[in-house]
Amino acid sequence: MSLPALPDSVDAVLALLAKHDYFSDRRLATSVFLALKLRRPLFLEGEAGVGKTEIAKVLATALGRSLVRLQCYEGLDTASAVYEWNYPRQMIEIRLAEAQGSVDRESLAHDIFAERFLIRRPLLQALKPADGIAPVLLIDELDRTDEPFEAYLLEVLAEYQVTIPELGPVKSADPPIVIITSNRTREIHDAIKRRCLYHWVDYPDAQRELSIVLRKVPGADARLSREVVAFTQRLRAMDLFKSPGIAETLDWAEALVALDRMSLDPDTVANTLGALLKYQDDIGAITPEVAMRLVHEAQQDAVALHA
Amino acid sequence: MTLPLPSSRVGRERLAENIMHFARVLRAAGLPVGPAKVIAALDAVQAVGIEQREDFRVALQSVFIERHEQQPLFEQAFELFWRNPRLLERMLQLLLPRVYGRVVPEGAQAPLPARLVEALAPPKSPHEAARTEQEIDLDAALTFSPREVLQGKDFESMSVDELAQVKAMIARLDLPLPELPMRRTVAAARGSAVDLRATLRAMASARGAAMPLAWRKRRRRRPPLVVLCDISGSMDRYSRMLLFFLHAITNDRDRVHVLLFGTRLTNITRHLRNHDVDVAIARVSAAVSDWAGGTRIGACLAEFNRRWSRRLLAQGAIVMLISDGLDSDTGDGLSLEMDRLHRSCRRLIWLNPLLRYEGFEPRPAGIRAMLPYVDEFLPVHNLESLKQLAGALARRSAAAPPAAAWRKAA
Repeated sequence: MSLPALPDSVDAVLALLAKHDYFSDRRLATSVFLALKLRRPLFLEGEAGVGKTEIAKVLATALGRSLVRLQCYEGLDTASAVYEWNYPRQMIEIRLAEAQGSVDRESLAHDIFAERFLIRRPLLQALKPADGIAPVLLIDELDRTDEPFEAYLLEVLAEYQVTIPELGPVKSADPPIVIITSNRTREIHDAIKRRCLYHWVDYPDAQRELSIVLRKVPGADARLSREVVAFTQRLRAMDLFKSPGIAETLDWAEALVALDRMSLDPDTVANTLGALLKYQDDIGAITPEVAMRLVHEAQQDAVALHA
Repeated sequence: MTLPLPSSRVGRERLAENIMHFARVLRAAGLPVGPAKVIAALDAVQAVGIEQREDFRVALQSVFIERHEQQPLFEQAFELFWRNPRLLERMLQLLLPRVYGRVVPEGAQAPLPARLVEALAPPKSPHEAARTEQEIDLDAALTFSPREVLQGKDFESMSVDELAQVKAMIARLDLPLPELPMRRTVAAARGSAVDLRATLRAMASARGAAMPLAWRKRRRRRPPLVVLCDISGSMDRYSRMLLFFLHAITNDRDRVHVLLFGTRLTNITRHLRNHDVDVAIARVSAAVSDWAGGTRIGACLAEFNRRWSRRLLAQGAIVMLISDGLDSDTGDGLSLEMDRLHRSCRRLIWLNPLLRYEGFEPRPAGIRAMLPYVDEFLPVHNLESLKQLAGALARRSAAAPPAAAWRKAA
């Protein structure tokens, strides 16, 4: 199977993503294009639920490559991110050697730290893929890990290599396509950002969000979809602690479809607000009067949107 | 390449003597310069020669400074001390005065850091020094203004004595919950988990013998610290000392973030980190526009909660709020924002320069609105003196009443 060629223009990226149900704006498409062209990691930062992780998944599918995902968390270490030795097998190997009494110590120490005892974790898998095709490497929510791991990533991102003390450096022949995401729960160090192309993923405009809803929630009535999008856009203009992301819009649209609603009304909004807003203060800010006003405004806005 | 050093023994001694004097000036100005460095500096100067002033400067600099933020001070000291551009000539003339530095700098230049002036000038008599110190009782100042006053501010630069005080204070600073276990582990003689990798390596090479287990334990680390500091009119008299304190604490540990607020909120972490104290404070005073104006604690906390809390508080941060709690918006929405702040951080410490241990009644609405959400409450008698601030922070556990007692009073 031959690999699909990388897109050769920003428009080609837009078309490719749209073909796989990802409606990107031109700015994001430009960043993706440059990341592919210049072979630089793409650093995506933005609020939760704006489609940062999704773009890596879509890219992997669209480019016919496997997706290697490294979910970050506090205390992430090389044993779970890069490689680990297979200790039970090593122990058996030592016991066997002892039983046979044939092997000398030097060569045993050498033997048990050989490649066949190595368990490959995501970073090593991405640098040395089993099928030889450079995958898409998604380093998800990098802000959740700590600075020591960031420092470790520097070598990986700059040289596309990792060093295993017992085996030496492992360098990638064909570097993976790297996507790094961050929710900005803390600032990532400048040294990491310097090695990447940076893009802030913003909330989509109404027209683009409508395309997403229509594609992802096909069961929703056209009028309902327009009103849902217009309502969410109104909410984002409010002073909320956490504005709803695209993921919440889709959840809400699905919830309304499950309730067989064809259009918005204040009662339904009040009952299903938990799908959109996840903080009690924010939900409390949407009083019945506010809900009434928002629904009214959303219905006016919705007319201007076209499917 | 030949080394154009003074050929005579006397010449070399003079050079050594002057480098030693220069080192003493630097030490007096607060740089960590010991005898070993003087010897290293002599070696360095010998290696590059004194023909080129620039080479000479870099040679001394590479030995005498250890951190980037020391560079401005070094450069100014160098310019003052080795003022003659025809350095070599003067060296060879052997006509050097005993200490160059005593000469008062000429010409209209930018004001020199107080540390350097002190280092170059003869010491003041203790009597004179005592007169310049001010003790102002702070309860008299209940002034706060509802206006938003936008103005810049000039701060006096830091003296050697103050620098020493700040350093001593940071060394003694013992904030609650100093270190927490991380999920990351480190090799240890006695630990909680077996280090399989190290054990197996030992096993492979020590076949047959009894096999000791290698251990790992959890690493410990200080949680991040976020300081929210009030710079409104009623806090104006403390702001200089507070900035020194904030500069010191920002550079003392990693993961410290500092935001100033009066009528608006400004993040000054980048201005403080890795800069010389005087440079840092000049940058801060340029970056902040609401010095000594009104206070809108509620609005500023709301902005912090919305814009910064998710970015700064996610890793279990401790928040230190430095404010007198006098709010010109009189508490509307303040308790809501305090509640949110309290719930997003590991611990909320309130450092209040207004409240005394005894006789204080938390009457202002702003203070009453904030008190219920504070984990730890540190009254400080007099923030104008760093010594007192350090004392208050250190005595915290012994003398300061718990926040609950204040709450009852409120």
